[in-house]
Amino acid sequence: MKPIYMDNNATTACDPAVVHAMLPFFTEQFGNASSIHSFGAQVGKALKEARGKVQALLGAAQDSEIVFTSCGTESDSTAILSAIKAQPERRTIITTVVEHPAILTLCDQLEKEGYVIHKLKVNKKGRVDLDEYKSLLNDRVAIVSIMWANNETGTLFPVEEMAEMAHEKGIMFHTDAVQAVGKLPIDLKATKIDMLSLSGHKLHAPKGIGVLYVRRNTRFRPLLRGGHQERGRRAGTENSASIVGLGVACDLAMQHIAEENTVVKKLRDRLERGILAKVPNAFVNGDTLYRLPNTASIAFEYVEGEGILLLLNKEGIAASSGSACTSGSLEPSHVMRAMGIPYTAAHGTIRFSLSRYNTEAEVDRVIACVPTIIAQLRKLSPYWSGSAPVSNPEQAFQPEYS
Amino acid sequence: MWDYSEKVRDHFFNPRNSGPLDHANGTGDVGSIKCGDALRLMLKVNPATEIIEDAHFQTFGCGSAIASSSALTEIIKGKTVDEALKVSNQDIADYLDGLPPEKMHCSVMGREALQAAVANYRGEVWSDDHEEGDLVCKCFAIDAVMIEDTVRANGLKTREEVTNYTKAGGGCSACHEKIEDVLIAVNGRLYSSEPKPKKSPLAVPGESPVKPKLTNYQRIRKIEDTLEALRPMLQRDHGDVTLVEVDGKKIYVALTGACQGCQMESATLGGIQHKLVEALGELVQVLPVAAMAHH
Repeated sequence: MKPIYMDNNATTACDPAVVHAMLPFFTEQFGNASSIHSFGAQVGKALKEARGKVQALLGAAQDSEIVFTSCGTESDSTAILSAIKAQPERRTIITTVVEHPAILTLCDQLEKEGYVIHKLKVNKKGRVDLDEYKSLLNDRVAIVSIMWANNETGTLFPVEEMAEMAHEKGIMFHTDAVQAVGKLPIDLKATKIDMLSLSGHKLHAPKGIGVLYVRRNTRFRPLLRGGHQERGRRAGTENSASIVGLGVACDLAMQHIAEENTVVKKLRDRLERGILAKVPNAFVNGDTLYRLPNTASIAFEYVEGEGILLLLNKEGIAASSGSACTSGSLEPSHVMRAMGIPYTAAHGTIRFSLSRYNTEAEVDRVIACVPTIIAQLRKLSPYWSGSAPVSNPEQAFQPEYS
Repeated sequence: MWDYSEKVRDHFFNPRNSGPLDHANGTGDVGSIKCGDALRLMLKVNPATEIIEDAHFQTFGCGSAIASSSALTEIIKGKTVDEALKVSNQDIADYLDGLPPEKMHCSVMGREALQAAVANYRGEVWSDDHEEGDLVCKCFAIDAVMIEDTVRANGLKTREEVTNYTKAGGGCSACHEKIEDVLIAVNGRLYSSEPKPKKSPLAVPGESPVKPKLTNYQRIRKIEDTLEALRPMLQRDHGDVTLVEVDGKKIYVALTGACQGCQMESATLGGIQHKLVEALGELVQVLPVAAMAHH
């Protein structure tokens, strides 16, 4: 049976049209865009076109605001390190507890180096408190960095409003939008967002290409210095094939953005409803009223995520978990913990992330498989007995150490 | 996805002896819901013979936790209680044809459940001082808590000392920053390491990036030198290593002293292999001398 891929927040398949557009740039169009001869000029023209397509998807005012990087992580690091280098007198960074490690690990490192990091907490739906945020905005803050959409739950953050609030206080605002771009309509010129990170492989472009949007007149310091590429803001020979591929992917995303919010959303809702109707002691994580259209984060109580993934994989279904055991650390996902999801549910959380390539038949097959898998694992669980959790599970099973 | 052995997959997909056991007379509950691993082991022991006539488990945990539990019940059934207590976590891992280093704690949990269940059968109280941190050194499977405890107990100051005492950081060296973080957490600062009296034989200054092919003699000398450099680390743990045979890409060594039969034997061999691959600049396989018979 054809495998079912529902892990599109991890990475997506390259669209065939993207691959087709890229291939000539490995063969006859191999030139360096910086060269004066015709080999280079053709590539230069292709890069300009691609830049225009990224600009269009983001609703950026200028194509010179698009800086190509190698990935979302590079874009995130560039944005934050630029802000603190350009404003050495400002030594505070505001972010959230549920960011991607690309932001959190960097901030933890900067904290060791003496910077003050404020991580906004979230409530059990994954929402931040805007009053707390407002109280932290002052002239010591170098940059605010808030994800547009959370990768594990799909919960959206009010980044446009938060950017306005930062702007009023003269504070730079960055958003890690790798999960949002291509899934939500974005019009940067109508916002006060100064910098935005995107990653190609999350929207059917290849891995190894990212973008940092830098609004005109934003004070900027490059991460990589060297040649004059990207107007000196990101040195290094352009990854021309991937940039061209990203351009095509952005074009396709523009065409399909309505579909993401209708067809894909419907599939996701069908999947969630179908599973919850059949599996007891399961619930959806995150802000169900304000989230990405493609993401379903479902907690299955009293079982552990890796077991679920292994059994799903055996059925040819690819999903992911926020579970500790898939990463080699023992604690469950920092996102689940931040939302106060109990350990018995956090460890059993599975993320299904869909794309426009998924079908209703696939969704129905997943709905048919999941209840059996959960029942099979619950039969092994010391917290489960028959068709329900043991009464008072936390008391009934109290292991020797905790 | 983890690279699980066929045995692990089999015991996960078709767990043996799962579910509650009626008339169990020894039960051990170990693990922690916080860490995502919890195991209940139930034994039916014949009081006259002390033979474990049946063993069942219930596990909340990942694939290898379930497989380790299943393997444990298979191993101990039919053994006497005393025989069963001799089962080490390495025995459980071996029964499953090995576990990834990040997953060795699953076999440790199995071993602890066994101790707890036997204590319960004997009417004793079992207490555990087990604490586990995040895995720092993947080559030798050493976690942060073990490094921290060793640093405190011995007043260690430098990364080199940590490697000498715990083996952590003695392989690929990617975890050196994490080890330094532990040192800073314990000591409040990082002490610079003593300047080395002489260059280690592994780092030849000015060596050309394109290495000339070694003669057989040079190659074996290099293997010996590399093992020699690792030896003090093993001797600290009252173990040792000797080179037995070099057969093309296969390097057979004998682990002696405390290394022999140590629960970390496979991790130790992995670490040695890593060093040899680096020193020789080619892929080689380090095997215990026992494996020679099969080849």
